[in-house]
Amino acid sequence: MANNFFKTFLLLELLKGLSVTGRYFFARHITVEYPDEKTPQGFRFRGLHAQRRYANGEERCIGCKLCEAVCPALAIKIEIAEREDGTRRTTQYDIDLTKCIFCGFCEESCPVDAIVETRVFEYHGEKCGDLYYTKPMLLANGDKHEEQIAMDRAADAKYR
Amino acid sequence: MALLQTIQQMGQGLLGAAWLPVWTVVKILVIVLPIMGTVAYLTLAERKILGWMQVRPGPNRVGPWGLLQPLADGIKLLLKEVIIPANSSKYLFLAAPVLALAPALAAWAVIPFDDGMALADVNAGLLYILAITSLGVYGIIIAGWASNSKYAFLGALRSLAQIVSYELAMGFALVCVLLAAQSMNMGDIVRGQQSQYGLLGWYFIPLFPMFVVYFIAGVAETNRAPFDLAEDESVIVAGFHTEYSGMGFALFFLAEYANMILISALTSVMFLGGWLSPVPFLPNSIIWLLVKMSFFLFLFLWFRATFPRYRYDQLMRLGWKVFIPLTLIWVAVVAAWMQTPLWLW
Repeated sequence: MANNFFKTFLLLELLKGLSVTGRYFFARHITVEYPDEKTPQGFRFRGLHAQRRYANGEERCIGCKLCEAVCPALAIKIEIAEREDGTRRTTQYDIDLTKCIFCGFCEESCPVDAIVETRVFEYHGEKCGDLYYTKPMLLANGDKHEEQIAMDRAADAKYR
Repeated sequence: MALLQTIQQMGQGLLGAAWLPVWTVVKILVIVLPIMGTVAYLTLAERKILGWMQVRPGPNRVGPWGLLQPLADGIKLLLKEVIIPANSSKYLFLAAPVLALAPALAAWAVIPFDDGMALADVNAGLLYILAITSLGVYGIIIAGWASNSKYAFLGALRSLAQIVSYELAMGFALVCVLLAAQSMNMGDIVRGQQSQYGLLGWYFIPLFPMFVVYFIAGVAETNRAPFDLAEDESVIVAGFHTEYSGMGFALFFLAEYANMILISALTSVMFLGGWLSPVPFLPNSIIWLLVKMSFFLFLFLWFRATFPRYRYDQLMRLGWKVFIPLTLIWVAVVAAWMQTPLWLW
C-alpha cells in the first residue's frame, strides 16, 4: 500500500517510460532514405514480370497455360494458336498488374522458365490500363533485363 | 539602451502624444513575431524529436535538414480553400479560431523577459494570466458548437470539462507561488527568487509538488498528449477542429503551440526564476529564460513521444481526486511553513 503510494506520487513508472524514449532519442536512425539509399535485394526478389527468350531469339513460352491455371489472382490471360512451323505459341499473353499479388507461382509453375519476375519494382502507370502488361511489353522487359534475370536464375539454381 | 532612448526621444518629438500607441505597437510586434517564428519551428522540432525518439530522421526533404518545412506547411495552409460547412453558424465558425489565438498571444503582455522588460508591468499580472488563459477555451467551445458536427461537438465538450477541471489545480498551484512571493507582479515573483545561492533560491525547491502539478496541468490545459482528448484522432476524428481547413485550421494550430510556449514561459517564471542565472558567478539575462523555456518545450514533445492518451474517466480522476486535494494540502503546508523560521526563500 505505502509502496504503491510512493510509486504513484514519485511518478516512477512515468519516469521509466521517459527514460526509454530518452535513450532512443540518441539511438542511430534506421530509416533507409529511399531515393538516395536502397535496401539490398535478394536474387529471389519478385518484381515486375518479364518473358524470356532463348539465346537464338526464339521466345521460350510454349503456351502450356500452367501459369494461367495456377495464378491465384486470375491476373493472367492466355490465348494460343499454332504457328506456321507447327509449334504451339501464345497469340495473347496479358498480365494485369493491378490484380497480380506477386506470389511468384507463375514463375514456379513455368516448365521452360519463360515467365519470370525481375528485380524491377520502380514502375508506375499514369492512367488506368497502363499496368495491363501485354506480350510485347513482357518480352521487351525480358530483353532489357535478360542479363540480370539469367544471373539470378543461376544463383538460385543450386537450391532447387 | 542608449539607442533605444534616442529612438524614444525622436519619436516623442515627432509624434507627440501619438508616440505612445506607436511605440507600444512596436513592442507588441517585437514580442509577437518571435513567438510566431518559434511556433513555426516548434512544429518542425516536434516532428524531428518525435522522429528521433522513434529511431527515424523526421522531415529532412525541404531545405537543409528540413529547415524550410514550416515555411512549406504555412504556404500550403495559406493557399488552401477555407471551407465553411453548409449548416454551420458562419460568423461564429470564422470567429472561433481568432478567439482561440488571441488569448494565447494576449497573455504574453505580462511575461517579464528580463528585469523590467515586460510589455505591461502590472501589479495583478498573475490574475491577468489566470483570466486570459481561461478565455482560450471559448475559442474551442465555439468552434465545436458552430461546426454543427458531432465530432467537433464532442471534442469541444471534452475540452471544456478538461480545462475547467485542470484550471482549478493550476490556480491552486499558483496560489502557492503567490504565498511564497507575496506579490502578484510577475517581475516581483522572479525577483523574490533571487538569492546568492543561484538556483537554490528558486521556488521549485519548496514548491516542488506544485511545480510538477502546475506543469502537468499546463500540459492538460494546452490539450497536448497525453491529455489530448479534445482532438483524440483515433476516436473523434480531429475533435473540435474537425471541420476546419486552410487558415482556420492553421490558427488553431498556432494557438495550441503559442499556448505551449506560454505555459513553458510561465513555468519558468513562476518556479525556475525566469531570467535569473542558476549559478551565482554568471550574469542574469534573458538567455536563461529562453533556455528554461526550451527545456519545458522539449518536455512537452518528450511526453508526446512517450505517454499513451488518458482514458476520459482517468483524466477526470487525476484532475479532481489527485491534483486538487494535493494542491489544497500544499497551500496549507506552505502557509504554515512560512510562519516558521524554517522558511528560507
